[in-house]
Amino acid sequence: MIRIILALLITTLSTAVHAGDRFITLASTTSTQNSGLYDYLLPLFTAKTGIEVRVISVGTGQAITIAKNGDADVLLVHHRPSEDAFVAGGYGIERRDVMYNDFVIVGPKSDPAVVSNQTNASGGLMAISETQSLFISRGDESGTHKREKDLWAKAGIMPAGNWYRDIGAGMGAALNMASSVNAYTLSDRGTWLSFGNKGDLGMLLSGDETLFNPYGIILVNPAKHAHVKIDMARSFSNWMVSDEGQKAIGAFTVQNLQLFCPNAHPDQNSDAICPSSKPRN
Amino acid sequence: MTIFGQAAELVLSADAELMAVVGLSLRVSLTATLIASLFAIPLGTALAIWQFPLRQVLVVISTSMMALPPVVVGLIIYLLLSRAGPLGSYGILFTPTAMIMAQSVLIFPIVLALTREAILPLDRDYKNLLDAWDVSPLQRLKTLIWDARFAVVTGLLAGFGRALAEVGAVIIVGGNIAGFTRVMTTTIALETSKGNLELALALGIILLSIAVTINTAIHWISSFGRKYQVKR
Repeated sequence: MIRIILALLITTLSTAVHAGDRFITLASTTSTQNSGLYDYLLPLFTAKTGIEVRVISVGTGQAITIAKNGDADVLLVHHRPSEDAFVAGGYGIERRDVMYNDFVIVGPKSDPAVVSNQTNASGGLMAISETQSLFISRGDESGTHKREKDLWAKAGIMPAGNWYRDIGAGMGAALNMASSVNAYTLSDRGTWLSFGNKGDLGMLLSGDETLFNPYGIILVNPAKHAHVKIDMARSFSNWMVSDEGQKAIGAFTVQNLQLFCPNAHPDQNSDAICPSSKPRN
Repeated sequence: MTIFGQAAELVLSADAELMAVVGLSLRVSLTATLIASLFAIPLGTALAIWQFPLRQVLVVISTSMMALPPVVVGLIIYLLLSRAGPLGSYGILFTPTAMIMAQSVLIFPIVLALTREAILPLDRDYKNLLDAWDVSPLQRLKTLIWDARFAVVTGLLAGFGRALAEVGAVIIVGGNIAGFTRVMTTTIALETSKGNLELALALGIILLSIAVTINTAIHWISSFGRKYQVKR
């Protein structure tokens, strides 16, 4: 009996440990994963190079922690100050611009705060706080949450009170909650477009410069973590900014809408490449 | 109704990706149950039948550990397995092995406590007899575990159920990597976060059906065993 159990154990464990060596781990954000970008993009890269990319998608804050601990080979996130701090701290090397999309303010279609009349994000947030309309905050130190805090600061508001709900959860959870209580929230465009439970929510404000959302790719520094698969990680980073990778990013659509605008080579960008939001510097 | 339809459709389509996810769920949770039991059953029995210093303390600790939040277990295993942690050099974070480790730790106290509960009444009946025969400690353990096997299996099932159902630990140490560490519960969490609530619920129904199937099978085997035992 015990022999059978041991035999079973050894087989399950050995299959668990055995996996190809040709893989890298990418720490990234939920916004890129939930939109389906990686499902579209990564098979193209794997087909070309034979390198499998394993994606851990968490908030930007957690993704950076994972990379700092050396548990990933590459980092692809969207909060420039944190990215620069990561590189400055010696944890990462060779940061490059990859692509951008933008944030949008979503809320109930009835729009009690009349956010849709505002022309910029600050105005929209001011209207929400003045009317004390329900607002869902991610509260999880993700890239989106950090941007939200920056936007409140820019509008000169310290959001607090019953109407401001800090839920400490991912974008999807925040949208699910906003949809069930008819609240406003800040979302990245990709997650919003591909989100399946919109309910009475609609996109009320977008296109403001302050809502620009750039993504950067950074290699985990092999000097800090010797086990990092730097060559494969670099070939992934190279591919992402290559013409082929950039074209593939631009060609990805959800419901016939382009979600990400490649911007590794800003001089080559044009409005024609990126209809969903204008390229910005 | 449409949700049940969708669940049935998903199962009937036998989508390769879904089957891989279901397969990994079963592999991880079954292995974890096996590993946890290998240690928890003898130890639970020992706690039931032998007096030794600090036994009561151990009992209280092990019972309290049943309340361990999966997220905390996940976090502890994460910190151990992270490259920055003591076991980092093995590189097993974000693999099924890490998930098996986390679930083993999570269900160990459950199997331990339920085994102890199963053995306690039996030991009252057997103690004098076994003492009189002066059996070796190992033989005593074997006899009690074997004769309490149906109750012990219930403990195993409780542990397996907990392992199969939890999401907090595996999502931290597994990373929910598509095609590699994605299991039923993390898929459900992911689809919920994408707002695909019907699909998430349909997956939940599939998970539940698997649990029902396994429990039915084990229930059937054990009732068959009981019948046989009575005849003997």
